[in-house]
Amino acid sequence: MNILVFIKRVPDTESRIRIDRETETVIEEGLNFIISPYDEYAIEEALRLREAKGGKVVVAALGPEEAVTTLKKALAMGADEAVLVKDDRKETYDALRVARILAALAKARHADADLLLFGRMSVGADNAAVPAMVAEILGLPQVNVVTKLEIEGSSGAAYREIEGAVEKVTFSLPAVVSAQKGLNEPRYETLRGIMAAKKKTVPVVTLAELGLPAEDLAPRIDVLKIELPASKQAGQMIPGTPEEAARELVRLLRTEAKAL
Amino acid sequence: MILIFIEIRDGKIKKSSWEALSEARRKAAELGLPAAAVVAGSGLENLAAELRSSGAAKIFVLDSPELAAYSSQGFVQALDVLVKETTPAAVFFAATAMGRDLAPRLAARLGVALASDCTAIAAVDGRLVFTRPIYAGKALLTFSLASSPVIATLRPNIFPIDPGAGAEAEMTKRSIEIPGDAIRGRVVEIHGDSGAAIDVSEAEIVVSGGRAMKGPAGFALIGELAAVLPRAAVGASRSAVDSGWIGHSHQVGQTGKTVSPNIYFAFGISGAIQHLAGMSSSKVIVAVNKDPEAPIFKVANYGIVGDLFQVVPALIAEVKALGG
Repeated sequence: MNILVFIKRVPDTESRIRIDRETETVIEEGLNFIISPYDEYAIEEALRLREAKGGKVVVAALGPEEAVTTLKKALAMGADEAVLVKDDRKETYDALRVARILAALAKARHADADLLLFGRMSVGADNAAVPAMVAEILGLPQVNVVTKLEIEGSSGAAYREIEGAVEKVTFSLPAVVSAQKGLNEPRYETLRGIMAAKKKTVPVVTLAELGLPAEDLAPRIDVLKIELPASKQAGQMIPGTPEEAARELVRLLRTEAKAL
Repeated sequence: MILIFIEIRDGKIKKSSWEALSEARRKAAELGLPAAAVVAGSGLENLAAELRSSGAAKIFVLDSPELAAYSSQGFVQALDVLVKETTPAAVFFAATAMGRDLAPRLAARLGVALASDCTAIAAVDGRLVFTRPIYAGKALLTFSLASSPVIATLRPNIFPIDPGAGAEAEMTKRSIEIPGDAIRGRVVEIHGDSGAAIDVSEAEIVVSGGRAMKGPAGFALIGELAAVLPRAAVGASRSAVDSGWIGHSHQVGQTGKTVSPNIYFAFGISGAIQHLAGMSSSKVIVAVNKDPEAPIFKVANYGIVGDLFQVVPALIAEVKALGG
């Protein structure tokens, strides 16, 4: 089976975020970039499915030239091919714009994909919307936030997290699935994988080559401001023995915070 | 009109849908628009009647046997029909598992942008301005949408519920034709009693434990405290989840869930930046740690430096005493 995995280059989750208030953008200088953590579960699942059923795993990313490094990491994990859709625009936070580009790529170049895998959300834009949008644009079924995936012939079953429970969704292929932590344990790149990835070239597709109308590429999110959350006042430390502190805490939660 | 999608789980209207409805009514009033609620399913008239005195001007019941079980393809088709007929200015969803599955699909079908997981909404010069956390809450994005209708999902536990007001809403039932082959993925089973267990993302109190709970036995203390608190759920740091002491659905933080309960208890959680990102929008934060330098104390409203295995049992006893 042929699997297309979409990944994103994002700031490391340990990053401290700084804002350029002139341009209302996140300052990229000094940030370390990684594969968005949920995308690693998607890559791992694709590799496992290929190992079980044969076929091909292609990883795709939308982003600047630097995202080639991100794609190479996925190649080192074991993906067969990679493709970059080059986009020099800074983060737009507009999931529909991203979804239209990725759907156009899938349609134009990877129409043979049986499964489109994503991480459940990219860390940063935090929309968790692109997988569902791509599914809608391509007319495919979707299962999001998946912790277990079974594929049998041309259909599948996926278990997805909902509030306090797990939903089992059955679907026919081709389909869109987004991965949640718990789906698997992503492998590390091997030295052999890294060497093999170095030799592979990553083809670059331009936005123009995908033939999207200009209006589809214009962000529809008007950013008014990006700011850091208000820093909290230092709290109150409660002294005493464990029993005294516990009693005082419960009293404060009831009378001062009025939260209990 | 602002349209609010009302989510039904286990035969009940979800609390977060009441929150979204309340916020929609407030914004609709500011914009001089009516608010209308929509439910989708099969045979939901009696349930929808609960919305009659909710303050919504209208209630739409989208009915089809194909909507008896949730499917993104079936539900989006039903909502698309209603949106095209009624041309609302905005459609609000609660940012629940279902809302976050369905709203982007509707936005893509309509070719419009989406405001995801909003924590504040303002009406400014006749348009809606949204604020939402990005980078898991390390920054806040304030924006408006340059497309119509405006589609938004609202984070649970943020927007206050207003009691319903006045006039009885007019209820319109609409049969929706959905060809069977239009739905190629659907929910066939739900495992786990979603009525009994409160998810961390929806709980009013979250009791979280970290590495310093030392093991599953220590973690059981966390569960014991959660059990005696009202509407409380057990949360965990990444290291507690990765150690296998509790399932990943309890993980709070940048690669887990984002929570905003009334009280967040952090027991033996040092406060890594990824964890803080997931819980710093909680209304009151309580931290207990043996290390007085732990970063978690910087965001806590109340802190206790001490031995978890003494403080947590003492708290359980205090809370139990309240109940008695």
